[in-house]
Amino acid sequence: MSLAIVNARLLDPASDFDGPGCVLIEDGVITVVDHGPSARRADQVIDAGGLCLAPGLIDIRVRTGEPGAEPKETLKSASLSAAAGGVTTIVIQPDTDPAVDDPAMIDFIQRRGAALGLVNVRAAGAATKGRGGTRMAEIGLMHEAGALYFTDGDQVVADSRVLQRIMAYATAFNAMIACRPADPWLSEGAVATSGELATRLGLASAPAIAERIQLERDLALVEQTGVRFLVDQISTEAALEVLARARARGLEVAASVSINHLCFNEVDIGDYRTFYRLDPPLRPESDRRALVEAVRDGLIEAITSAHTPAPAEDKRRPFAEAAPGAVGLETLLPAALTLHHEEGIDLLDVLRPLTEGPATLLGLDAGRLAPGAPADLLLFDPGAPVVVDADALRSKSKNSPFDGRRLQGRTARTIVAGRTVHAA
Amino acid sequence: MTDSAVAADLIADRLVPFPKPHFLAAADLDPPFAASLLDLADAFVDLNRQSSKALDLLRGRTILNLFFENSTRTSSSFEIAAKRLGADVVTMPVGASSVKKGETLIDTAVTLNAMRPDILVVRHGASGAAALLSQKVGCAVVNAGDGRHEHPTQALLDLLSLRRAFGDVGGLTVAICGDIAHSRVARSNVALLSMMGARVRLIGPPTLVPGDADRWGCEVFHDMREGLSGCDVVMMLRLQLERMDGALVPSTREYFRFWGLDREKLSWAAPGAKVMHPGPMNRGVEIDSDVADDLSVSLIQDQVEMGVAARMAVLASLSARLEGAA
Repeated sequence: MSLAIVNARLLDPASDFDGPGCVLIEDGVITVVDHGPSARRADQVIDAGGLCLAPGLIDIRVRTGEPGAEPKETLKSASLSAAAGGVTTIVIQPDTDPAVDDPAMIDFIQRRGAALGLVNVRAAGAATKGRGGTRMAEIGLMHEAGALYFTDGDQVVADSRVLQRIMAYATAFNAMIACRPADPWLSEGAVATSGELATRLGLASAPAIAERIQLERDLALVEQTGVRFLVDQISTEAALEVLARARARGLEVAASVSINHLCFNEVDIGDYRTFYRLDPPLRPESDRRALVEAVRDGLIEAITSAHTPAPAEDKRRPFAEAAPGAVGLETLLPAALTLHHEEGIDLLDVLRPLTEGPATLLGLDAGRLAPGAPADLLLFDPGAPVVVDADALRSKSKNSPFDGRRLQGRTARTIVAGRTVHAA
Repeated sequence: MTDSAVAADLIADRLVPFPKPHFLAAADLDPPFAASLLDLADAFVDLNRQSSKALDLLRGRTILNLFFENSTRTSSSFEIAAKRLGADVVTMPVGASSVKKGETLIDTAVTLNAMRPDILVVRHGASGAAALLSQKVGCAVVNAGDGRHEHPTQALLDLLSLRRAFGDVGGLTVAICGDIAHSRVARSNVALLSMMGARVRLIGPPTLVPGDADRWGCEVFHDMREGLSGCDVVMMLRLQLERMDGALVPSTREYFRFWGLDREKLSWAAPGAKVMHPGPMNRGVEIDSDVADDLSVSLIQDQVEMGVAARMAVLASLSARLEGAA
């Protein structure tokens, strides 16, 4: 079975190519990439009509409720949501109930995901048992079972000795550890960033340095152990400076940023709108600007949706009591495209941390338009206007901070291993 | 002459006084003396295999076995060794008595010293305890294991087992696998094996191999396949179960999967490779029974036998030094 997508504008960050072309797919794998106008014969031909064809997006931080909280989100609803958003690979976070902390759970998620026949469903394993922060989880066996990296998610491993051992141990498998930089004591109970706004709103807040302090600790341990490391959801300018200094010293560390922190600042909280209650909390505009510049300069390996489903009953509460987080799989592409439309970042540079960046980070073949790569593709119109309607999202939870926003960028077709899993 | 008389002559021939007043660490030996100690131990092996094993080499000597940590095999190995040499032996499981009464190590030492023993065999949970005792008593001290520091008689018996199995230890590649960080057996073996010309590799998870172990003159590996490649000897270490529930290793099953010695992993070593373990073994954790019980590859039972002979050689040699001093 062969498929040709012709008459497309190819966008491939990996080869830095932005121009007309055509892609030939055989048995789910890209076999030919033609630059320039060309026509290929195939069993099936899709005329892109000049739309953009990019590698499908890879979202390395997706939370679901399966197992344990299925009314919030299942692997199926998350996969449908991803397919609709042009996301072809999702990495499920281990903070389910029970936590994904043993190889059987990794296996469970991958099998359930594969059986759906939608997008590639991969998993991150917990770094500690039950994400309890005290006892190391079965990193080796989970790594062997296919876990892509190890993290306790939003739960910070507070005990430095535990984290040091986890990092040292992970080096035996060249496994990657990801940590949220948030000093657990400074951040305890905080729902906003310390500053004039939080004070005025009367919200419990943590100073931005809570992120810097923890990142300094994490990076010191990385330096000592030599572990592959991902700074999960960097959100402040101060932390970006720490990261830059560490990299200048030769430390190889990757960083991710959530799309929410690239698009919103603390002012969006406005009148206690709980859809903007996020973790890490939204930051001042200066931090958001610094993050945008970091993306522009290629300092961020991965932009994530930080997809965190929370049903209405968890969000319809006073701000501080509302569940943190936002869904984001379906809005990831148009939200990221604001970086192009509003911030003037080159389209390839916007797509890189959504495709090649995370693929390289996690050692995946996907994320590029190249012969031999899996045919995980996204056909989209970058300029098409959309109005986000949270109620229309495929996710079981509708907690989108983009609800009602006018964005640009519409997914026309999502292809996974040569098969169309979503077409608008 | 009877067989035992032949053995006794051979032993008298080979008996060399210990070069140091105490045997606290592998470094108290030097290559020529270690070799002569092994020659002596060989003679004791022959003696031990006869029905009449008793000698009167240490008649009149008093040996105190002072075990602050529980140990059945080491304390009985020393006790048997001393008895076969004709010494008077008292084995004191100190953990149960004076320590509970609040007596300090030094107080215990001074008290025991007043009883005028000739040799004190000490096992203690604190690194450096044997050395401290040796400074406070007038007799010879043998370190039977101090914390995670040294266990020199174990290294000597391992060396004896290896020399008997391979003829010569020089040039052998020996992999010590498992919990290197907490192992006195590993430290003594690294020192003695290197001294005798063997190449030593250390293999284990990064949480159990000290970060600076490569400065001991060993190659460090975290992957068994890489580390075992070309090894003539695979020395497995015991993993304390309390270290396995997520503190340093996630679980016993994960440990066994990646670092437990089974047939497959053994096949990565050199053909004819031998397997050792200081005991007691955690079967199915650091070693598979299939390998441990296969006498064609396992030296584990030999090690126990050699333990008595090696300790007899140490006690006899220390006693010979005392005679020289007297």
